[in-house]
Amino acid sequence: MLSGIYGLLSASFFVAMDAVDVAFTEASVGAGISTLLMFLAITMTERRDHSVRHKPWLALIVVVVTGALLIYGTLDMPYFGSADAPIHVHVAPRYINDSMQEIGVINLVTSVLGSYRAFDTFGEVVVIFTAGVGVLALLSVSRRPENDAKIDALNVSMHEQHLILRIVIKILIPFILLFALYVQFHGDYGPGGGFQAGVIFAAAVILYSMLFGLSTARRVINQPLTQFIAALGVLLYGSVGVVSLLNGGNFFDYNVLSDDPVAGQHLGILLIEAGVGLTVASVMIIIFFNFQGRKEYGQGQAKGDV
Amino acid sequence: MFLGLYNYWIVVVLMMIGFYIVIAHGNLIKKLVGLTIFQTSVFIFYISMAKVNGGTAPIVGDGIEIYSNPLPHVLILTAIVVGIATTALGLALTVRIKEAYGSIEEEEIQKKDNSTC
Repeated sequence: MLSGIYGLLSASFFVAMDAVDVAFTEASVGAGISTLLMFLAITMTERRDHSVRHKPWLALIVVVVTGALLIYGTLDMPYFGSADAPIHVHVAPRYINDSMQEIGVINLVTSVLGSYRAFDTFGEVVVIFTAGVGVLALLSVSRRPENDAKIDALNVSMHEQHLILRIVIKILIPFILLFALYVQFHGDYGPGGGFQAGVIFAAAVILYSMLFGLSTARRVINQPLTQFIAALGVLLYGSVGVVSLLNGGNFFDYNVLSDDPVAGQHLGILLIEAGVGLTVASVMIIIFFNFQGRKEYGQGQAKGDV
Repeated sequence: MFLGLYNYWIVVVLMMIGFYIVIAHGNLIKKLVGLTIFQTSVFIFYISMAKVNGGTAPIVGDGIEIYSNPLPHVLILTAIVVGIATTALGLALTVRIKEAYGSIEEEEIQKKDNSTC
């Protein structure tokens, strides 16, 4: 719970810092999904903490000394909010002044993310994909039918209690999904983009599976399909780069995608944002489903033993 | 006179809280929570560097002259999503460790490792 508040707090901090895109991401990730995953992991391991802190004083001294050194290091840093800091004079003016002519996207964050630094973003999407594959490899369980029946019975008894919640959520979910799509395609003109949209979309699915049980959600969302979509998103992103390469440009040089460079940029950004959104959404769904599946599997095992 | 540097100090304090949790606690989940706090302090560091006095969000509009620096925003935006994905991987590893060792306390795990070999 505290970590949810922490996520929300840092999101509002980012709004105060004029970083609306970042705030958006943090609000959906920090306040929602990360808290949820922490909860799941804690219930799957141990609720109570009986650890002996090893040498807390030594650790404290190390921390204080490091902190003091870091603060000493900040004395040379530029002041907060000063416009002539080194960070603002190097590449940022180019992004701010020229990107309207070169890319034609109002949201500068999107144009930098999708076009100027598309290669970075590609790497990050691959990292997310790899993390999804890792969770899949670590936590996926082969499902056995007799276990399923037990879990179903458990779920039915558990979920009958939340009638009001279920009805409200049922009404809300279409709007959440619609909002995710809006965020996805409005990223050029306002805060938003593939990363946020993916997380919001996944949040809707996760909400559904929390209230209706994993096996119901599994019937709606096909798991192999989700895994395929995760890979498809990365493939889509990469192939945009390859297509621009084949058209005689550089890797991720969208100018060559269309006769008009600006139209080409728009097309390129739209496609890679779609790739990002697909991958992020399905990786988040994969992660949650596997955690939840592992948990229910463990419960089923425990019941079977008794 | 050094008051203009307070944003870095907040970052340092947060970072050190995270660092302390990582090195002082034996519980693997707590270590991951510490890492997350550490991570957030880095996010705040980047975003506060991007801020310009009198600037606005980097979305082009008429009559706006000063914008925040969009580059750190891009880096952190992706870093947040990557961060949750890697945290999930860490939690998955923790869950497997719990299944294999029956504990997520660092010392108990080490004890078991030593006694088996």
